Amino acid sequence: MQYIVAGAGPAGVVACETIRKLSPDASITLIGAEPEPPYSRMAIPYLLSEIIAEQGTYLRKTDGYYEQMNINRLQQRISGIDASASQLKLDNSESLDFDRLLLATGAIPINPPIPGVDLEGVRHCWTLEDAREIAARAKSGSSVVLMGAGFIGCIILESLVKRGVNLTVVERGDRMVPRMMDDTAGNILKQWCVDKGVRVLTSHSITAIEAGEPLSVVLDSGESLSADLVILATGVHSNIDYLQDSSIETDQGILVNGYLQTTHPAVYAAGDVAQGRDFSTGEFTVQAIQPTAVEHGRVAATNMVQDNTLEHQGSLNMNVLDTLGLISTSFGQWMGVAGGDSVCIVDRERYKYLNLQFKDDVLVGISSLGHTENIGVARGLIRGKVSLGQWKVHLQKNPERLMEAWLACSVGVA
Amino acid sequence: MQKALLIDPDKCTGCLQCELACSYEHEGVFNPSKSRIRVFTFHQEGRFVPYTCTQCAEAWCQQACPVDAITLNSETGAKDVNDSACVGCKVCTIACPFGTVNYNHSTGKVIKCDLCGGDPKCVSACPTQVIVYVDADQTGYEKMRQWAKQTDNSPAASA
Ligand SMILES: Cc1cc2nc3c(=O)[nH]c(=O)nc-3n(C[C@H](O)[C@H](O)[C@H](O)COP(=O)(O)OP(=O)(O)OC[C@H]3O[C@@H](n4cnc5c(N)ncnc54)[C@H](O)[C@@H]3O)c2cc1C
Ligand code: SF4
Ligand code: SF4
Repeated sequence: MQYIVAGAGPAGVVACETIRKLSPDASITLIGAEPEPPYSRMAIPYLLSEIIAEQGTYLRKTDGYYEQMNINRLQQRISGIDASASQLKLDNSESLDFDRLLLATGAIPINPPIPGVDLEGVRHCWTLEDAREIAARAKSGSSVVLMGAGFIGCIILESLVKRGVNLTVVERGDRMVPRMMDDTAGNILKQWCVDKGVRVLTSHSITAIEAGEPLSVVLDSGESLSADLVILATGVHSNIDYLQDSSIETDQGILVNGYLQTTHPAVYAAGDVAQGRDFSTGEFTVQAIQPTAVEHGRVAATNMVQDNTLEHQGSLNMNVLDTLGLISTSFGQWMGVAGGDSVCIVDRERYKYLNLQFKDDVLVGISSLGHTENIGVARGLIRGKVSLGQWKVHLQKNPERLMEAWLACSVGVA
Repeated sequence: MQKALLIDPDKCTGCLQCELACSYEHEGVFNPSKSRIRVFTFHQEGRFVPYTCTQCAEAWCQQACPVDAITLNSETGAKDVNDSACVGCKVCTIACPFGTVNYNHSTGKVIKCDLCGGDPKCVSACPTQVIVYVDADQTGYEKMRQWAKQTDNSPAASA
């Protein structure tokens, strides 16, 4: 069997490992366009904070790991697929034959539709190459403008502040992390950042970036900010452009069935590129988070080897974010569901917030600020669809007792 | 023979000796908030329930870690956090469905039960033998694995 895994991020690497475990003799080729050994994008902020060196971002740390696993690595860019001929086309105009192919080419950042995004000194924060460029420009005392205060923007925010730059964050929405938190929580987070000396301009747009040393960042208010570096964090989309001429169907991402199989039976998809099942809604969406990429990689690879024997139950959307020391989380349907109920406690002075969402007596989502102890149990309660019974009432009185609810209702020890 | 912690909360008096022993072993201080095992209190029922990582087979924490900082200790069967590789991203703390990996604000890394390398201090500290360290194939271990399985409607477990 000839397995090809296209994309050397977490989804691709876990898929290769899973194939190897299930099929000791199969031929496995892992293709990635980037020159570095397979690495984790989400470790980049910690590289910028100088908590780790570049090697610290690598997905697997032992020397010769891929050779030992007999995983063939190829540094090439994939330019297209001829699925009916079972062939993958490479940039160097060669093609490769496969019996089973996994598409794990991740996501790519979106360029906002404004003039100046191609100027030197304007960067995304997506690859190790981007990180090197950012590190070179984001020196202590330099001026940096961060465009976008979504999830990724907020993560980089912390590392930029740690580098000692003068930071201004510009966000079009009316609060920070609008897709992970409601109005109240998003604004508490904003207040926290402002109190820490970061200039946060919500409900503001950047209309242009003008050349010069420093660059000039023009806002819709007419104000302009000078910047040694502008970082674009305005969202990502699945990396599917190379599939345009193929028979593989796409929407937001690559369309897959419950086995992460694409519209071509020999081809599967996983990670940020795949529009996989969401645990909470049952709908197929692109989540673009690390735990989902890994889960996809494992499930897709199992189905590639064992012919669709493992149905994907859906991944739970979840995030954790540390913004200058204030930790926020969100799980599942944190925004609530129709006909559901909720409980929310807010303590603005201490920057604390906890919001639980229920459907009947089952927890379906949570969002939090400043609550970290045993927080993972939220996943257990949501994924396990644990029937809370009386404990729903207890939680409505004191939402902090999630762990006790778990012990009482699921483990049955209280 | 691999061993595992077996916890029988019925006999727990809530004395917190396990928490103190754990935090002393790992952090050099007697500070329950730094303990990897936690005793949960149910005032109304007058019950105390110690709870910690079951070193579950699925190892959600390990799978979710983006930088391979959680690895299987082949001697003890524990999933150990390697501090020098951990970047403190906290993804494992939301991935463990039992809530048994916690972020340690003072180190910027995460902490979880490592079975003290094979000599768990909570076991020797517990005056009423609520926590015992037993052969992993004893029924008690299976019982704990069942707890683990309850939330686990994921494909990996049914595979
Ligand atoms: C700064 C930053 C912080 C993040 N923080 C978090 C976080 O805290 N929590 C979280 O859950 N997620 C986070 N993420 C998102 C997380 O990194 C992604 O969800 C994850 O990397 C997805 O894995 P993947 O394997 O699907 O794709 P990727 O990691 O994007 O890997 C895709 C691979 O495909 C290769 N590739 C792409 N196109 C081609 C081509 N045409 N030919 C050949 N190879 C190709 C790429 O080079 C790469 O190797 C963060 C991302 C960034 C950038
Ligand atoms: S910390 Fe949680 S996920 Fe990790 S081994 Fe322990 S119980 Fe399993
Ligand atoms: S906090 Fe550390 S151990 Fe946990 S997932 Fe992140 S890097 Fe891995």
